[in-house]
Amino acid sequence: MLEITLGHYLTLAAMIFTIGVFGIFANRKNVIILLMSIELILLSVNINLVAFSSHMGDLAGQVFAMFILTVAAAEAAVGLAILVVFFRNHGDIAVDGASMMKG
Amino acid sequence: MLPAAAFYILAACAVISAFMVVTARNPVRAVLFLIVTFFSAAGLFVLLGAEFLAMILVIVYVGAGAVLFLFVVMMLDIDFATLKAGSTGYLPLGGLIAIVLAAQLALVGFAWVSADGAAMQFQAPTPDDTHNIAALGALIYDRYVLFFQLAGLILLVAMMGAIVLTLRHRDGVKRQDMHRQVNRTRAEGVDVIEVKRGEGIG
Repeated sequence: MLEITLGHYLTLAAMIFTIGVFGIFANRKNVIILLMSIELILLSVNINLVAFSSHMGDLAGQVFAMFILTVAAAEAAVGLAILVVFFRNHGDIAVDGASMMKG
Repeated sequence: MLPAAAFYILAACAVISAFMVVTARNPVRAVLFLIVTFFSAAGLFVLLGAEFLAMILVIVYVGAGAVLFLFVVMMLDIDFATLKAGSTGYLPLGGLIAIVLAAQLALVGFAWVSADGAAMQFQAPTPDDTHNIAALGALIYDRYVLFFQLAGLILLVAMMGAIVLTLRHRDGVKRQDMHRQVNRTRAEGVDVIEVKRGEGIG
């Protein structure tokens, strides 16, 4: 209990991952919270990678975590830009009303 | 003793604030709880000995990402009450999927074994004689330099995409047209008028 092992970190990452997936369903209309849930999921993956990297003594995991961070930042920027454009055209951000492109 | 206590405190903060992110009524509060989650994760990274990633997490996620979220939440005039009202129907399905996912992850957590020789297959063993940032820098700029530059390219494309998406040309705004400025001749810029004495040009 007092010794922190790899399993502790993996459990924590699994909990945050589950919360993120739950958040996607619980806030299905609100794109901002959806994007935040995706950030939570990516954060849990990062915790996994860094925990393995630290416990195995292999630095490559931290390099991967850094690349995931890059992609997460790019995803948030483009996602929020799309959100701003969507709000400008629609007047709200309810994604289930986003059916303009159907044929 | 102290590292264990720090882990439990940070982990509890991370999980509780992550849950508050997805359940908060007010999106501004959700963003603030997201910041708390990122700070807790940064503390956990420090505990794990990944100091560089911890600092990157604070600078990039909190300093850029969460503030970007905050800007968007505050600048768009969104009626969040109506958004929240219609989405409670998905809660049972979401809870079911979360329970199934948690059960599957727990099964994997109890049942996994390391493959033979997996612990020997190091990609980049952590050096003992230097600290985390120097070791990571040596690795990124040496072995993973191509991927590092590709990451920079991804950021560049994302930046251009965000600018192209949100840039709006409004009518009636005077803009500088460099081409017209340079190509202006004396004939169209200057009008020489012979003024008669005592009459003016009016």
